[in-house]
Amino acid sequence: MPLTQNDFAAIGLSLQLASLTTLLLLLLGTPLAWWLAHSRRRWSKRLVSALVALPLVLPPTVLGFYLLVLLGPHGWIGQLTQSLGLGTLTFSFSGLLIGAALCSLPFVVQPLQNAFEAIGRAPLEAAATLRASPLDSFFTVVVPLARPGFLTAATLSFAHTLGEFGVVLMIGGNIPGKTQVVAIQIYNHVEGMHYAQAHWLAGGMLLFSFLILLLLYAGRQNRQGWS
Amino acid sequence: MRRPVRPVLLVFALSSSLPSWAGSLQVAVAANFTAPFQALAPLFEQATGHQAVGAFAATGQLYAQIRHGAPFEVLLSADSSTPRRLIEEGEGVAASRFTYATGKLVLWSAQPDYLDGTPAALHAGKFRHLAIANPQTAPYGLAALQTLEQLGLREHLAERLVEGQSISQTQQFIASGNAELGFIALAQVYRDGRISSGSAWQVPANLHTPLHQDALLLNRGRDNPAAQAWLDFLQSPQAAEVIRAFGYDLAD
Repeated sequence: MPLTQNDFAAIGLSLQLASLTTLLLLLLGTPLAWWLAHSRRRWSKRLVSALVALPLVLPPTVLGFYLLVLLGPHGWIGQLTQSLGLGTLTFSFSGLLIGAALCSLPFVVQPLQNAFEAIGRAPLEAAATLRASPLDSFFTVVVPLARPGFLTAATLSFAHTLGEFGVVLMIGGNIPGKTQVVAIQIYNHVEGMHYAQAHWLAGGMLLFSFLILLLLYAGRQNRQGWS
Repeated sequence: MRRPVRPVLLVFALSSSLPSWAGSLQVAVAANFTAPFQALAPLFEQATGHQAVGAFAATGQLYAQIRHGAPFEVLLSADSSTPRRLIEEGEGVAASRFTYATGKLVLWSAQPDYLDGTPAALHAGKFRHLAIANPQTAPYGLAALQTLEQLGLREHLAERLVEGQSISQTQQFIASGNAELGFIALAQVYRDGRISSGSAWQVPANLHTPLHQDALLLNRGRDNPAAQAWLDFLQSPQAAEVIRAFGYDLAD
């Protein structure tokens, strides 16, 4: 196998980025999806739904450009992080994490929202009559019922982040071991005409992504339905 | 049944046949030469009636595209080795190759007082990110690495290097302040005889392999009179004046 040290570093980095992004999004996306599923404020719901879906339709260059400006030393996020003593987040793993989380947000929120809506209010109300606290009933009633939704969300977010390219290209700076993820490394190899390495990485990526999706759909079909 | 579409078709047929007296050509342009090309193209059109359409990227990217059948007719490279390689591989016309400009490397910062015309800030090392172009694909990126090597700073600063995919992205990393400083082409910041913004150190030419930038007529442009006209125009005194105004040297 003609893979270099940088290639292996890139693989490790991609897996790390995908795992952390998924974890972060499950933490942030769950309350958001819950709110979208149950809020009665129709207009704010529509507004938030549209915002959440934006990364699906925007080219990564738009997100990359805004992130570069906002995270930079003159942007307001950049000024905030600098005043907190963190420096700027462009060219850093944290910057990639923010970018990847934005890009994968709809892949987490939408399946969760569907799952929560399908469950409806009845099981929660039943739990409430048994004096379960809202938090208690969320973890003992909703989470088990919405398990397929959580699995879909986690799988899609993980797979999508592995494939993240555009935003990373714009704010990453191609640093081995820090921001040089597999997708970028493949691009480097293709640009440098190192086709053997490009083939190994691209083929590996293809197979891995296919397996993840296969697992996802196999799991879904066994349960015969979305959620 | 008579359809109202026909006159429209006729108009299309006419309009598409109109420009045939004046040709257009596709030029693959090394990113450092973006601004001069954009200044030269209208002059070329005025002089010859031909339209030169540029595609801008790092030389290595252009090379890969040409090897895979991109419809470019002329290459304006940022080095001389890429055109030579293309000739060896039968992609271009050997006799057409000439140096249209010799580039200069500059260490640049968007902050006005960051650099004082010396590499002092580079040695002091009070920065987080030093931007260079990807040395695998951009000749100016390679020249930047050679310069760091010559200054004995390559190892020391390796951790702080960030790479742009082309010299244009490198400039934009610096211009947006995300990297405090970086190596770019003088032509990107040189206007009216001086550095137009920020601060800089002009890298002495003896610190890196000379940036002789060669033009090459590619196979696809062989039979296009506009392509030959462009190469002639590029060697005219009018073009030379524009190229010099962007800080390039010309061999004469």
